[in-house]
Formats: sequence, structure tokens, C-alpha cells
Amino acid sequence: MIRVQLPQHLRTLARVDGEIEVEVEGTVTVASVLDALETAYPTLAGTIRDHGTHKRRDFIRFFACGRDLSHRPPEEALPDPITTGAEPLMVVGALAGG
Amino acid sequence: MSRIRVLVGTKKGAFILTSDDGRGSWDVRGPLFGGWEIFHVAGSPADPNRIWASQTSGWFGQVIQRSDDGGETWDTVGNKFEYEGEAGTHQTYDGSPHPWEFKRVWHLEPSPDDPDTVLAGVEDAALFRSTDGGQTWKELSGLRGHGSGPHWHPGAGGLCLHTIVLDPSDSQRMFVAISAAGTFRTDDGGATWKPINRGLRSEGIPDEEAEVGHCVHRLAMHPSRPEVLFMQKHWDVMRSDDAGESWREVSGNLPSDFGFPIAVHAHEPETIYVVPIKSDSEHYPPDAKLRVYRSRSGGDQWEALTEGLPQKDCYVNVLRDAMAIDTLDPCGIYFGTTGGQVYGSADAGDSWTAIVRDLPSVLSVEVQTLP
Repeated sequence: MIRVQLPQHLRTLARVDGEIEVEVEGTVTVASVLDALETAYPTLAGTIRDHGTHKRRDFIRFFACGRDLSHRPPEEALPDPITTGAEPLMVVGALAGG
Repeated sequence: MSRIRVLVGTKKGAFILTSDDGRGSWDVRGPLFGGWEIFHVAGSPADPNRIWASQTSGWFGQVIQRSDDGGETWDTVGNKFEYEGEAGTHQTYDGSPHPWEFKRVWHLEPSPDDPDTVLAGVEDAALFRSTDGGQTWKELSGLRGHGSGPHWHPGAGGLCLHTIVLDPSDSQRMFVAISAAGTFRTDDGGATWKPINRGLRSEGIPDEEAEVGHCVHRLAMHPSRPEVLFMQKHWDVMRSDDAGESWREVSGNLPSDFGFPIAVHAHEPETIYVVPIKSDSEHYPPDAKLRVYRSRSGGDQWEALTEGLPQKDCYVNVLRDAMAIDTLDPCGIYFGTTGGQVYGSADAGDSWTAIVRDLPSVLSVEVQTLP
């Protein structure tokens, strides 16, 4: 299982507390984790990435294993600690705004 | 005994204010969706327990919420707003073409007779409709494809379709307003549209007779006379007696003819309300006095309504979707400010009280008169 941490507002939308887990088939990438996440929680579709283009929303970042993967290709394989479940993929909302 | 439910959208959540028909004692519930911008909350006339909310965020995009129990519980519904066909371009602030991009839903207009049908006015300007309770949305693309679309340009608030007015006597006719393109009408249920801006004069536009390019802030209609439209434009309060074919100015003695909302009395089709605001950049009330102006003659002659409203040191704004009128007799009027106050009048505007004073900045106010 792949562990995912969501920002508070998206946890509220998905009606989950704390970290969640999703099953990912095939190579574990940001894209495949988000596919699985949106299948399990359809209300999250469009909130992390655009419905059509799958472009990451501007104020969302993806962190894993102490690295910012936001600008890496979404089809790139995630580090082993993510695929083994040792570390979570973190979906982070920018600390900004009024 | 009737009940009144006021639906308030703010920059940080939604609030529901309820009262009996005396409208003197209010229960305030919220915030719902705390932390999100709630551009609009609207109840279905066909089923008042069905309420729609446009929940938006610079971080997380657009969410549509729906309640089927009068706002007690909510569920998300579809949030996929995709333009039909080739999206095309509109103008941006520097005049260059910019691809149409969906940003948010400004206004939800539920069908008067089908609880599952609702229209959504969005930024970048377009009109969408759902007929399945909000699960899926389809663009009425004849509006954006009308031909003038490439010449539409955004107002300071964005290129938004913010007003939808349905003709209660003709299900095929409706009116929309877009900042800063103007007003459009369909007579065939949304398949085709025509701009109806003849008579509008917009300072700063080289061609004063331009078909589009007018910054219409809000339209209002009394259901008994659907051919009569009232308009608060960026400047000027306007009136049309022929369903928008021509307009004339009725600003009369207003201290400023700039403002955002305009509304019609529930039972007197010639009685209308505006909130004058200073502009072009101040956007607070003239003389720091918050005054609603009422005309009982359909415009031209206006009286200031001040009782209970702050008459000094007031620097709030009242946005275009932030005024609503109930259908009791006498009708109640409600408006919200950017300072977080929601004012109500239970006597058609003669006197006002603050129902609540310290909400987040108010974006929209709607009211339901419940049996």
C-alpha cells in the first residue's frame, strides 16, 4: 500500500482523518498514485491536478523522502521508501494566501 | 408561519441565517466549508431543501457542494467544467489573445421547476448547465461561440459570467451578464445568443456604441414584468423596457451611479434598490455613509435609506451578488458587506439592523422564503 498525506482541506473533502493508503498497480509514480487516489476518493478529482490536462495545481507541491518532486515528470518512478510504504508521499498546499 | 433562510457566501466559508417571519431574531450557523471562498449559495425554488454552493480555492480549485436537507448536511457533486470544442481565446488586459481557462463558478441559478437542473456562470466567462443534480456539467457553448467572444476582455475581477436571470414567463428566454463584455439574451433555451447592450455608454471605450465591452455589474427583474430589466453598470443605473433591446439611464439623483448590486421589491415592480459606491478605485460608500437607495418610480428619483445603517466612518463595499429580497409582505431585504456585516430590513428598506457583524468578507447573499 502507498501512504499519502493530504493537506487538511483535502482530508476534510475526502472525509478522512490523518494519513491514507491507496493501492497502486504497476509502477508507483506521482501520476499513478493520484490516479488511485482519485478513484478511491472521487471528490478529490480536480483539486490536486487539473481534470483534463492533469497539470499540478499551482499551489500544490509533492514531497517524498525529503525531496521536492513537484517539478519532476509525474510518470517518474517514486523512490523505494514510497513504494515499500516506509515513507508517505506528501501532497502539500503552499503556505501562502490571505 | 413562514420562515426565512439567508444563505451567505464569504471569503472564508458559508453561513446560514434563519429566522421566523418576524425577522427580528436570528440564528447564525457556520462556517460551513471554513477556509474556502464560497462565491455563491443558492436554494432551489422547486425544492427549497436543495441548496447549492460554489466552493473555490486558489489552492484546490473548484468544488460544488449540494445539500438535500436545507443545509444540514452536504455532499460534493461534479466539479468538471470543460469548455465545449476548441476553447479559443479572449482578450487579456493588454489586448493580446488568451486561451479560455476555467477558474471558478461565480453564480449558481437553480431551475424554477426542476430540482436537478441548475445553471452555473463561470470565469473565464461561460454558462454551464447540469440536469442530473450537479453530477455532470455541459457548456451552453452558443454564448461563448456567439462571435464576439474573441473580443471579450476581463474586468478587474476577471472575465466572469456573474449574473443569470431567467424569464419566468418563457422558459426559452434568459439573460446573462459578463464583466466586461456586457449583457446577452437567448430566446431559444441557450442555443443562440445576442448581445443586448444598445444604449449603454461606457466612458473609456472609444466606440460608445460598441456591441460588447461594457462592464455590467448586475441585472434584476421583477417576475411579473419580465420585459423590464434593471442594470447596475460600472457607471450608471440603467433600465430597459423591451427585454434589453434598448437601455436608458435612470441614475437620477444618486450620489454615485457606481455600485454593484441592484434588486427589485418583491411586490412592487417599480421599486428598486441600489447601494451607491465611490469609484473608480475607492470602492467605499460616498461620504463614508452606508446608504441603500430606493426608487419607487423605476429609477430617476431616489431616496436614501439610512435608519440603522452606519452614517459615519464606513468604508465597506457591497458586492454584486450580495443583496437579496424575500417574498413576505412587507418584503425583507438583506445585504452583506466586505466588512463582514449582514444587514437586514423587515420593512422593505425603511429601517435596518445588523443580523451579524463580524463574518469574513461577504461575497454573496441569497434568501429563501420557506413555508
